[in-house]
Amino acid sequence: MNYPSVHLAAEPSLDAFGTDNGWVIALKALLVFVFLVVFTLFNIWFERRVVARMQHRIGPNVNGPFGLLQSLADGVKLALKEDIIPKSADKVVYVVAPALSVIPAFIAWAVIPLGPVVTIPFTDIRTPLQLTDLPVGVLYILAVTSIGVYGIVLAGWSSGSTYALLGSLRSSAQVISYEVAMGLSFVTVFMYAGTMSMSGIVEAQAQNVWFILPLLPSFVIYAISMVGETNRAPFDLAEAEGELVGGFHTEYSSLKFALFFLAEYINLVTVSALAATLFLGGWRAPYPLSLWDGANEGYWPVLWFVGKCLAFIFFFIWLRGTLPRMRYDQFMKLGWKVLIPVSLVWIFGVSIVRVIQNEGGVDQQTLLIIAGVIVALLLASAFIPEKKPADEPAEPAGDFDAFAGGYPVPPMPGQRLPDPVVTVPADASQDQPRSDARDLDAPTNEEQSRG
Amino acid sequence: MDLDLYVPILAIGVLGAAFAFFSLAASWLSGPRRYNRARLDSYECGIEPTPQPIGGGRFQVKYFITAMLFIVFDIEIIFLYPFAVAFDSLGWFGLIEMGLFILTLVAAFAYVWRRGGLEWD
Repeated sequence: MNYPSVHLAAEPSLDAFGTDNGWVIALKALLVFVFLVVFTLFNIWFERRVVARMQHRIGPNVNGPFGLLQSLADGVKLALKEDIIPKSADKVVYVVAPALSVIPAFIAWAVIPLGPVVTIPFTDIRTPLQLTDLPVGVLYILAVTSIGVYGIVLAGWSSGSTYALLGSLRSSAQVISYEVAMGLSFVTVFMYAGTMSMSGIVEAQAQNVWFILPLLPSFVIYAISMVGETNRAPFDLAEAEGELVGGFHTEYSSLKFALFFLAEYINLVTVSALAATLFLGGWRAPYPLSLWDGANEGYWPVLWFVGKCLAFIFFFIWLRGTLPRMRYDQFMKLGWKVLIPVSLVWIFGVSIVRVIQNEGGVDQQTLLIIAGVIVALLLASAFIPEKKPADEPAEPAGDFDAFAGGYPVPPMPGQRLPDPVVTVPADASQDQPRSDARDLDAPTNEEQSRG
Repeated sequence: MDLDLYVPILAIGVLGAAFAFFSLAASWLSGPRRYNRARLDSYECGIEPTPQPIGGGRFQVKYFITAMLFIVFDIEIIFLYPFAVAFDSLGWFGLIEMGLFILTLVAAFAYVWRRGGLEWD
């Protein structure tokens, strides 16, 4: 059999990377680190202020201008709190778990592109505003952020507390369920970009359009699953206060607790940065700004990039301020039964359209008509009523025994409590009814005196 | 293989680890330490904590099934990535091959769905 010859697409050049000398690497790593810590402090303040405004409150406004130093004050306060290791905890794992969740959060940022190649001030060294890049950049981020799940699971497991264990199980099941949908939403981006490296994807969008336009369904799937990935409202089931107290970090105090929060907020920025890079053109200037020639030169792109990240963070906060928490079974159903099938269909649709475009044979108009018909069919299928499960057969009325389980339970719909048997002793006189046999509708003496 | 690309990951990893372990040590040193028996119990809203068996006790098998499904589907996604990157040069051949691959994936998915592996009740 004659297989068609396979040429791999020309690998986008990563020549700009891996050439820095020691101190440049150290400087860039330090800057990324400082950026993440400061941005986290800012984000916590930002979230509190924005949610407060959405709820007609003011929010933190005492420490520093506009309360900007509030998060720093909280951090210092946490450092001065007692570091509790519960009696039932598995000591080593309990101590290591916060580190295990925060370190992967930092190293995921090694491949996020913050800007183009720039000259370091006061020197003539040119270096990209990105720590490094790998041919498998996005895969690297997925792998590293998955390690963070270990921190969550081990924290809950080692606490030796029921709430912490349940919270960590929920949280990890949630993260891995939405990771499947998230991974599927990237496939079409790779198809369009022809590469998995982060700088290559930014470059591909510079030559083409932002991938949010042709790949809107992928973006929507990613936007939903990134909220599930980061355990944020309305998917914050891992720390549903009414059910699980604080979730996996119930038993943590002091700076260990702060480390978990740091990891959570860094992950928030990571998924936002990933969304900006894959779908919104990365550090490249948005349309009206891109008319200015210098918009994509020098250090300006950092500003556009942070702006795009902030837009996503605002979106996260907005969701939290607006939507109530989902129920766990609905949440899992959304992930496995909606997002994954939709992604698979979408991937297949995109690949058919793209291969037809590449190989020719069908002109654009026919393609659009076919696509329109398919979309219409899919929309129509949404109106097909779902098969309703048959109602459970009602229990035969009359023989409900409230004490069957050993303790009293209320009747289910369709069940009927037996009529109360009121026994009046034979010697009780008519004009002096006993207190336990009196008419229940009549107000008692206490109620009468109160009213 | 160009290992120079991976050196900066080590750099930020060391920074992150140093920060994390410094924080762990600092929280041990900076906070007060006053013994209190009730404080060292696990938190259960004020009641006596439920005794936990060593190893965290039992949990629903649903979580286990979810983890297994994740492994199955995640690995299939990883197989989709190289296909997607090389898509333009593969042409119709790649599309048909991938269609067959996704078909097996969908068959497994439909089976799990049908058997109730995705129900959470």
